[in-house]
Amino acid sequence: MMQKNKFQISNIFRNQIFIPLAALILLALFNLIMDPSFFKITMGQNAAGNPVLSGYLITILDYGSELAILAIGMTLVTAASGGQDISVGAGIAITGSVILRMLCGRNSRPDELQMPIICAFLIAVLAGMLAGAFNGLLVSWFKIQPMVATLILFTAGRSIAAWINNNELPIVSEPSFGYYGNFIPGIPIPTPFFIAVAVMIVTALLLKFTNLGLYVQAVGINAKSSRLNGLNPTFIKFLTFVLLGVCVAVAGLIKVSRLSTINYSVVAKDIEMDAILAVALGGNSLSGGKFNMTASIIGAYVIQFLTTTLYKFNVKSTALPAYKAIVVILLVVFSAPVVREFISTKWKQLRSTDKIAKEVA
Amino acid sequence: MENKTKEKSGLLSKISGMTDSNLLLTITIVVFILMYIGAMVFLGKGFLKPQAFFNILNENAALIILSCGLSLVMITGGIDISVGGVTALVTMSCAVYLDYHNGSVGGAMLLALGIGLAFGLVQGYLVAYLDIQPFIVTLAGMFFAKGMTTIINSDPFNVANENFVALKNTRVNVPGMGSYNKKGIYVNAYVEIGVIIAILIVILMFMMLRWTKLGRSFYAVGGNRQSALMLGINVKRTRFLSQLFCGILAGIGGFVYFLHVGSGAATNGAGAEMNAIASSIIGGTMLTGGVGNIIGTLFGVLSLSTIKNIVASAGLDQAWWTGITVAAMLCIFLVVQSIVVARKK
Repeated sequence: MMQKNKFQISNIFRNQIFIPLAALILLALFNLIMDPSFFKITMGQNAAGNPVLSGYLITILDYGSELAILAIGMTLVTAASGGQDISVGAGIAITGSVILRMLCGRNSRPDELQMPIICAFLIAVLAGMLAGAFNGLLVSWFKIQPMVATLILFTAGRSIAAWINNNELPIVSEPSFGYYGNFIPGIPIPTPFFIAVAVMIVTALLLKFTNLGLYVQAVGINAKSSRLNGLNPTFIKFLTFVLLGVCVAVAGLIKVSRLSTINYSVVAKDIEMDAILAVALGGNSLSGGKFNMTASIIGAYVIQFLTTTLYKFNVKSTALPAYKAIVVILLVVFSAPVVREFISTKWKQLRSTDKIAKEVA
Repeated sequence: MENKTKEKSGLLSKISGMTDSNLLLTITIVVFILMYIGAMVFLGKGFLKPQAFFNILNENAALIILSCGLSLVMITGGIDISVGGVTALVTMSCAVYLDYHNGSVGGAMLLALGIGLAFGLVQGYLVAYLDIQPFIVTLAGMFFAKGMTTIINSDPFNVANENFVALKNTRVNVPGMGSYNKKGIYVNAYVEIGVIIAILIVILMFMMLRWTKLGRSFYAVGGNRQSALMLGINVKRTRFLSQLFCGILAGIGGFVYFLHVGSGAATNGAGAEMNAIASSIIGGTMLTGGVGNIIGTLFGVLSLSTIKNIVASAGLDQAWWTGITVAAMLCIFLVVQSIVVARKK
């Protein structure tokens, strides 16, 4: 009985979800001790007079959603290619710009939309897939390291986004466009959360009913042997980048819908770093191979939890990265294999001396 | 006729017999020279005077130093994306030290070196001895540096310290390179102090990488860590040193940047890490490690800034063109690299 119990505990520690969950619990405890009002959720009204929930937890659900969507795509890319896409922020600028261009046409202050929002969104998805395909082609076909290949779009992306709209800043006045990034009238929970849940369900179904997950991991662990087993690593790497492109387009819709406009140089700035951190925080190896999607998604919300906590304690948005960096360093240091091994040997030594002491007694 | 074909095949065999490093270096230098000559012929004016070239150097002295550091870590198979953040932190710390605390210029130099050293030590230790991915470590380093910059002082300001301004405005004349201005007065060509520091660093790094045991071990570790270990190279120490040197160079680069702009601001050095990585890649350094050349990196920086100048003076003044051309150039060089690597297989 005793033996079995111990086994289970060590199993929990070894589980990948343990890392982000532990971080989440630590953050929640910290907030509970410092100021329990962090967890208060109130029912209020927004500017349009609709009932909405507000509170820090709601903010986390709201703003963590696009990060979670990006983390899903980023996890697949990381697992298959052993590298990260740093162009997702620029990709959001491109897809957001495409949506606005399609909705507004040549006029940057249209009285009515030029096409249904869903059509504009689908075109943006195509644009996102195209950007993903470009990255994917460089990575899979030309065998360029993902970080370097995506450096190209990282450099050019925001310029392309500005070029699409001729450097104008279109503003959509249609209120229904704002639903995707804010609230749908009558529903007090922010819409981005529902969009994120929908993306998660689609991903879960994709991983459950197709071999995508297995193939991606096989390619990530060893591309050569997966080829010998009849897989096509080039295509699978390419596919993960295209899928990330779709995720980027969804996040782009949320981002432009929040403000009903776009600022090319600021929109989704540094979000690629947060998305990569979410994957790392989920305990996924950044050099590819096995992945755990749930852990990545929790990781994304943990990052948002951290950001919101820091905001609550009046940390300025520009100083935010310094605190984030300290947390990240602590996390990676404690999850580093070298450190873990060191701690576990120390722990074993401690236990054995304990045992000897007991026996002597 | 026969002779000619023989010569040609001789040249071809020479090219195909080159090492990756030399071939990529040759491509970079040739492209840079062609680009510069093209600019001189088609755009004339701004590019004809030698001073135009020296201005490129003046503008990019800091970037040359940062790129040297990045080339070193990339040759060893690592990456450092914290250099831009360190640059911002160095400019802000030095500016605050000089103006608010009446510091001396020498003290500011030591401060810059100290900041670089601290980043190099911590990041190097985490990467080499705790075996954490360099991307994540230096990403955190970048976040930390950027955040600290605004914690020290959130508003940008120009430094008024007299000694510093005197040093900032010091111009070193280049003999024989001057030209006559519109009024017919001879104007000496000049470079700033930063350029001399940058060139010294390029020479030192080149000699270190080519002729010292340590320099060769960077290539060995980057090429194949396992076989480097078998050769008796201390892999951990080598990786540690590469990250350390890059940190120190980021400190020096930050000070040179500060010397050029003369202000402390959180936006200083924004995107410098990406420019430095791009320059190294254009210069023929490979992110997979083991291949690279400091002279190539120097030409990488020059090519990158020349193309920016060409875009600006060709009348494509909309802001987006710079981003797109630089990206296109990077794309071409990456594809060339991948072809060069594939050529052997």
